Amino acid sequence: MARLVTASQFADPDAAYVALVEARRGLDAQAAAALDTRLALILANHIGDIDVLKEAIALAKAAA
Amino acid sequence: MTTLADRKTVYRYDYRRSADQDARAIVRRPVVVVGAGPVGLAAAIDLGLRGVPVVLIDDADRIGEGSRGICWSKRTLEICDRLGVGEKLVAQGVTWQIGKLYHGGDLVFSFDLLPEDGHKMPAFINLQQFYLEKALVERANELDLVDLRWKNRLIGIEQHNDHVQLTIDTPDGPYKLAADWLIAADGARSSTRDLLGLSFSGVTFEDKFLIADIRMAADFPTERRFWFDPPFHSGQSALMHRQPDNVWRIDLQLGPDADVAEEQKPERVTARLKRMLGERRFELEWISVYRFNCRRLDRFTHGRVVFVGDAAHQVSPFGARGANSGIQDAENLAWKLAMVINGEAGEGLIVSYETERIQAADENITHSTRSTDFIAPHSAAERALRDAVLALAPKAEFARRMINSGRLSVATVYESALSTPDESAFAGSARLGAPLPDCPIRNPDGSAGYLLENLGDGFTLLTFKNGGPPPTAPEGVSRLSVGVDVDDFDGAVARRLDATPGAVYLLRPDHHLCARWRSYDSHKVAAARDRAKGRNLGKS
Repeated sequence: MARLVTASQFADPDAAYVALVEARRGLDAQAAAALDTRLALILANHIGDIDVLKEAIALAKAAA
Repeated sequence: MTTLADRKTVYRYDYRRSADQDARAIVRRPVVVVGAGPVGLAAAIDLGLRGVPVVLIDDADRIGEGSRGICWSKRTLEICDRLGVGEKLVAQGVTWQIGKLYHGGDLVFSFDLLPEDGHKMPAFINLQQFYLEKALVERANELDLVDLRWKNRLIGIEQHNDHVQLTIDTPDGPYKLAADWLIAADGARSSTRDLLGLSFSGVTFEDKFLIADIRMAADFPTERRFWFDPPFHSGQSALMHRQPDNVWRIDLQLGPDADVAEEQKPERVTARLKRMLGERRFELEWISVYRFNCRRLDRFTHGRVVFVGDAAHQVSPFGARGANSGIQDAENLAWKLAMVINGEAGEGLIVSYETERIQAADENITHSTRSTDFIAPHSAAERALRDAVLALAPKAEFARRMINSGRLSVATVYESALSTPDESAFAGSARLGAPLPDCPIRNPDGSAGYLLENLGDGFTLLTFKNGGPPPTAPEGVSRLSVGVDVDDFDGAVARRLDATPGAVYLLRPDHHLCARWRSYDSHKVAAARDRAKGRNLGKS
């Protein structure tokens, strides 16, 4: 069974953060939340593994 | 406020009338440097040590006021060591390598800069800028070729094809001086830049930051401590850093709406600091409220005027990339200008100052913009992303790696036309275009030393034994043979340079690696030397 990877995988984590922050630049909170929701769906499908997705959801909830 | 001003450490220097002020014809000098801050002083000393007479002018007669750098990076210390003040600075400064990041009241992450061992200079020291300036002023005063003129204020520039004519105001009135080259090291509010009508491109951040130096007896560890949303300063960030003399640097983010005049009132600052420090006694040394800029000039050279340091580029302080990059500008320019003035290289070499240091400035601007974006999000939507990273950080390593409270200054690896591309692969920590990593060595007399102190002021060919006698370096290149001139007792030199028997490495006068081969070929070394002198670069 695949496991959720929480170790850093980007060669340049700052560049990844910048890509995410620039995507929401100029958006209000509601528009940014809608963007995030679309992103979550796209990335969930890309992962394509229901167990990993459930683990990711659990981690996101635990960090709130 | 008078008590605050009285406690400022200020060194005063006397204005002295120069013979140039009484000369009948306008005197022409090879180089005039404007601004006796760390960058102008480093440039003047470096040029003086390279045999170029320099006039260094400053509009003040004192140091110790104004903006204050505190973190000096390894590369800066290596440069200062070559200039003759490195050991003094390290002895005076506070060496540190641990950083801690807090979110709310909790420690989320700590980092160790883990410098490669066996370097003469530490990864970082903290030292008040006025101590560094004082050491550099004393060093400049030891050099006959450096003519340091206090209370000399640049008020006019006329640009000509092969020189500039300056009007300089003094307590005795103005005088004129001509210079083949003018180095503008006059800081963020550069009057040279204003006189030439040049403007910056870049961003100004809305958030304001309170920066305070306080004197306090405290046993906090010698670490860089950074808080996001701490209990003592809700919703904002805070930074605390130790300096010598029981002085602590504290940065408090104030948000975009803070009232600059109000926030600088000592009673208000004291109240904010008490929330942070509790009942500890402290005295205010210096306070200021800033907005940060990340911006640069489009070009650093304008005819015979060359911009260095804050006059050329500015960054936010997160990452210690301001004064450190300025000193690295000075070092990059000094050997090139000396070679051009001494007729050893064409003016095209100065073009490479601009391309290499614009690369460095852009790298610094990118990092400091990212840090500032993380620390001071532009909107609620951006803050939500930042807060998500902080919330995930205790549970997920990837999030910890995204926390950005400043990525600390390291030397730029030049993607430079001055470098000769590698013909074979090299591993190790040495990189083409980067400063050579320092290594522990033993001198022929058996004493312990370091590789960098043994490199010359000009081009150096570093050679490794291959059975026969060491090769003869071409003209204008000195040779340092590992195993003959220095003993690589630990194997660190060979390891860091990935040296095989017979390998040779060509170093520029600023100790950046510009060519390397697995075996010696005199024609290739000579061609690489000429290339590093900018022979392939046209005059701009």
